[in-house]
Amino acid sequence: MSTATYTLPAQRPSTLTIFLREIRYEVLRSLRTRAFSLSAIGFPIMFYVLFGLLMNRNENIAAGVSVAKYLLGGYAIFGSLGAAIFGIGVGVALDRSAGWLELKQASPMPPLAYLLSKCAMAMVFSLIIVSILTVLGIVAGHVHITPIEFLHIAVIAAIAAVPFSCLGLALAFSVPPASAGGIANLVYLPMSFLSGLWIPIKFLPHFLQTIAPIFPTYHLAQLMYGSLGAPSLGTLTSHITGILGFTAVMIGCAWIAFQRSEQNA
Amino acid sequence: MSAAVLEMSPAATNPSASQDAVASLQQVTKRYKNGVTALDGLSMTLRRGEIVALLGPNGAGKSTAVKLMMGLSSPTSGAVSIFGADPRETTTRLRTGVMLQVGRAPEMLRVREHLNIFRGYYPNPMPYADIIKAAGLEGIEERMFGQLSGGQKQRVLFGIALAGDPDLLFLDEPTVGLDIEARRAMWSQIRALAARGKTVLLTTHYLEEADALAHRIIVINKGHIVCEGTPAEVKFMGSSNTAQASTKIIRCATTLSPELLSKIPGVTSVEPTTTLTIITTSQPEATLREMLALDQHLHSLEVQSPLLEDAFLALTSN
Repeated sequence: MSTATYTLPAQRPSTLTIFLREIRYEVLRSLRTRAFSLSAIGFPIMFYVLFGLLMNRNENIAAGVSVAKYLLGGYAIFGSLGAAIFGIGVGVALDRSAGWLELKQASPMPPLAYLLSKCAMAMVFSLIIVSILTVLGIVAGHVHITPIEFLHIAVIAAIAAVPFSCLGLALAFSVPPASAGGIANLVYLPMSFLSGLWIPIKFLPHFLQTIAPIFPTYHLAQLMYGSLGAPSLGTLTSHITGILGFTAVMIGCAWIAFQRSEQNA
Repeated sequence: MSAAVLEMSPAATNPSASQDAVASLQQVTKRYKNGVTALDGLSMTLRRGEIVALLGPNGAGKSTAVKLMMGLSSPTSGAVSIFGADPRETTTRLRTGVMLQVGRAPEMLRVREHLNIFRGYYPNPMPYADIIKAAGLEGIEERMFGQLSGGQKQRVLFGIALAGDPDLLFLDEPTVGLDIEARRAMWSQIRALAARGKTVLLTTHYLEEADALAHRIIVINKGHIVCEGTPAEVKFMGSSNTAQASTKIIRCATTLSPELLSKIPGVTSVEPTTTLTIITTSQPEATLREMLALDQHLHSLEVQSPLLEDAFLALTSN
């Protein structure tokens, strides 16, 4: 008996611990990947500086709301979409084509840990982007923003990462990995424009205005404008319904595409 | 301490433990949606403490068999059982480790971080220092995965497979890209794992690797098992497929003409090259006696058993 070894009863590591570790390393990995982090953060900032701060200086979009303040909301959503669609749409597609996803699936990792870590990564990037945009707006654009307003837009930017992450996943599982980057651009830029993230939607042709509500970017941008005291369209209920509906459709698409890819694996 | 579970090493207490089935495929057929039948009624069993090599040409069904056992894919018909359970159960996955051919792992994570992420999935992971030693990762622990050489990456993936101190290990082409020294080091680690009662299933293109490492080789082609046995048995079956079991290959420098050589008893083929002549014979002793008598100046003589490679080609051709 003296040679017997004692092992503690197999106690599984808590799911929460696994989730938190996965999230921490996913965020760290994305920040360290400069090609991604610099462009995901740099793109919306560059656009905001150009169109919100350098052009349209001292102009107001409505009484008391400058163009600089108005566009802050739009570019925050634009940044959130970019981080999710490139970080997840392209990142997961690459993990899939390289066989890394299979290795993760074959491990005892709860599958949700992988998905949540990606979504959390997009949320962290959204918060970084909205914070930098706000600081730039205050410092360089004379934007007056109350702490409550900032809290609102930060929460909306974080929430925005959820439907965009689901869109990224649907993309990652349904398009050939090699073309994921190109297709991500085809979704990212037109969707941003058509939802009025760059220029107010009322300046778009009437037909385009009527189709805008199918995009989550439209609803999130309207919530942003509302929070910033700018004129906004639609009701809170319609926006929540629009965002939830889009999220559900994307989860469905991702699920179907995932099942199909599993069967052909 | 009263809650502690007393666990004796089964190998020490139960000499017949090596007969325990750890993993099995029973009459497994896998048909893909595009109509390709990757496996066709294939059955195999892996036992405790053995190293099994799965050999076959590309498209033979090796990786499909491995994917089924890892629970990454489900069979069209038949049963897959790992430790008597479904491979997709988390409790099963806690006891298996996998090394796959991975084109790209997250590059901006350090070796130490990769290992700790995977160790974190298991209740009783292999101690960190043991993994570093077993996978030969000393000195590169703080490097980013993307900065490593191909061989170093391969060793990190081996380390990841060991993270949970698994009882069953799947290794898909584990030594691709390794130099000879690193390859032999990994072989000795794999042998040490089997000696501790772990079961290892490896696929490989290096027949030398299967020959040196495996207790048992399973040759598959077109979704069927062509033959299975110890490396010596597989070589025997391969040679008996083409000629007789005692077939040897003779290489020497001789002045005898190919026409004359092919008339010597037992000779099945003669292949002259610029310097040496390669003779395949089913009666090596008689052939050699005759050749030495006819050519007093014969030199550079070498007699070989057919390589596993030849056996493999013979078994999987057609």
